[in-house]
Amino acid sequence: MDLDLSPAEPFRAEVREWLRANVPAAPLPSLETEEGFAAHRAWERRLAEARLSVVSWPARYGGRDATPLEWLVFEEEYYAAGAPGRVSQNGVNLLAPTLFRHGTPEQLDRVLPRMASGEVIWAQAWSEPGAGSDLAALRATATRVDGGWLLNGQKTWSSRAAFADRGFGPFRSDLAAGRHRGLTYLMFPLDAEGVTRRPIGRIDGKPAFAELFFDDVFVPDRDVIGTPGEGWRVAMSTTGNERGLTLRSPGRFLAAADRLVALWHERADPADTALRDRVADAWIKARAYRLKGFETISRAEDVGAESSVNKVFWSELDLALHETALDLLGPEGELDGDWLEGYVFSLAGPIYAGTNEIQRNVIAERVLGLPRAAR
Amino acid sequence: MKFVLDAEQRMFGEALHKLLAEAGTPAVVRAWAAGSPAPGRALWRSLADAGVFALAVPESAGGVGPLPVELVTAFHEIGRHAAPGPIVETVAAATLLGRLGDEAPAATWLPGIAAGEAVVSLALPPAVPYALDADVADVVLAVDGEEVRGAAAGPVRASLDPARRLFPVVPGAVLAAGPAVRAAALEAYDMGVLVCAAQLVGVGRRLLEVTVEYAVTRRQFGRPIGEFQAVRHHLANVLVGLEYARPLVHGAALAAGSPEFARDVSAAKVAAGEAAYAAARVALQVHGAIGYTDEYDPSLWIRKARALYTAWGSPAEHRARVMAALARG
Repeated sequence: MDLDLSPAEPFRAEVREWLRANVPAAPLPSLETEEGFAAHRAWERRLAEARLSVVSWPARYGGRDATPLEWLVFEEEYYAAGAPGRVSQNGVNLLAPTLFRHGTPEQLDRVLPRMASGEVIWAQAWSEPGAGSDLAALRATATRVDGGWLLNGQKTWSSRAAFADRGFGPFRSDLAAGRHRGLTYLMFPLDAEGVTRRPIGRIDGKPAFAELFFDDVFVPDRDVIGTPGEGWRVAMSTTGNERGLTLRSPGRFLAAADRLVALWHERADPADTALRDRVADAWIKARAYRLKGFETISRAEDVGAESSVNKVFWSELDLALHETALDLLGPEGELDGDWLEGYVFSLAGPIYAGTNEIQRNVIAERVLGLPRAAR
Repeated sequence: MKFVLDAEQRMFGEALHKLLAEAGTPAVVRAWAAGSPAPGRALWRSLADAGVFALAVPESAGGVGPLPVELVTAFHEIGRHAAPGPIVETVAAATLLGRLGDEAPAATWLPGIAAGEAVVSLALPPAVPYALDADVADVVLAVDGEEVRGAAAGPVRASLDPARRLFPVVPGAVLAAGPAVRAAALEAYDMGVLVCAAQLVGVGRRLLEVTVEYAVTRRQFGRPIGEFQAVRHHLANVLVGLEYARPLVHGAALAAGSPEFARDVSAAKVAAGEAAYAAARVALQVHGAIGYTDEYDPSLWIRKARALYTAWGSPAEHRARVMAALARG
């Protein structure tokens, strides 16, 4: 057992140097606004030009075949440098792993390089008005037609869909089959004829997500991922990515914890030991998350349902970090700024990517081996 | 970078698990608490034969240590089986004696510690003011500033954990003195904190294991109580806490000898204490009234979790240590 990070240190030095020279001095506008979305897309292009937008991907798709350790190190440096949020993350973290597992070579060649460069930004379209935690209740349909499929119905809570270019998600293609069967996983343009998108203001009013209405939207066969009718299996094969390390790497929490400690030393009353203890706890948990990440990449086997353990932990850690910062800021905690933007974002963590209640059910059944139950 | 136990370390842990399971620790613990230490002393020698104490003793004094990763592997199993006795204290004492820079006390006690012949208790005030199981120990050491003294045991104080018999110390002859004692005592404290944290993770793990088992077999309203979401979510939360305490313990073990060791053992102790105590509360709640009885074995771990939560430094003290270390950069 060791924590020898030296194999990744040359890469760390390169990344640090590039970020030092390139991270914008002033923060970009919020990526949940039209102006900010465009600025973040331009930033993705700069990252891609340095081959730093998708470091863990194969070189042929725009990556540089970085090892998992190098990827963790990249993330540490990225967030420590205060670099912009990743507007392309839903494509990179959720669609790309699905394509790597189920996509055709043609799909990989067509989709991935333009995703890596920020030319095409992707939005996930899974939830529906009647299918949130109970995802298998989804009702939007894909009807077989000559050369492809016609999409009808509604998706909602689609993050980034207000400004993104394309979407992906499961649609019901066999109405006779029940729940988890008869679903087909598809990619579609958000500006296609028949798609109506209606941005939804999240709790601070910013249009961070959207609802999507489909009215006979044609999707060609080449945009089906995996086998038609096997959409549930295709979707579930990558939920581990969503709940696990790739969506929320330790780097972002380590950087936030370091900033929180600095804020404590700048502003806190040293006699306020209750607040000091919360700062300490947040730092300890961020460190635990980092070490757990090293443990995860050291293991040969797939983490599987253990990614649910991860999701509960990082989402609660993110909230604790930001709540503690707002408390430290006192009367300024409610004012617009980086900590408040992070706090509003962290409020959604226990809800998206499968609510923490669903994750606890997964942990209970698939990790602890408790009996399956009626909900 | 390979941040998981290697095959040899895993096999060592599994061998200790088997040894302790076969020893039937609940009966040993109950005898120990009742003032019959013979089965506990026999178990102590088995642990020594398995190599546990040698891990804390330098090679020059008959040991193979210090090997912090192997030590936390051992203490995980020691906690999981609630093995009784001043095991943490003996390991911390071995660190103290090995760092004194004074050969005489080290030569007197370290070979016996490595061989399992010497049971040592230790008072390291202010965090460790009482000597655990001093009446059973072959020697009691008490640190006071720049002095290490031999000590006698005062009248026993009862602990929530009946297997923890705590004694005020009556200082005797000076065994070593000087600035080296202060430095050695700090290192001994950090080592004690580290293995106590590992023990807590083991205690928490056992509590989760027995409580999951109970939730699967215990039926109410015609179904196993483990089907009820309120119960399931309690147990899931316990797992989350333990899963993130373990890497902190391993990370701290790897930091031994570095300037971050004190900070990292404190971080590990905070997380391990919170995770084990949460496991104890959930174990008690899910077992219901039977869990609140002395006779039912989970009480051995439930009480130990609470006792160890504040032993070897309270969570508040360790959080303060982490923040002080971060202030220094």
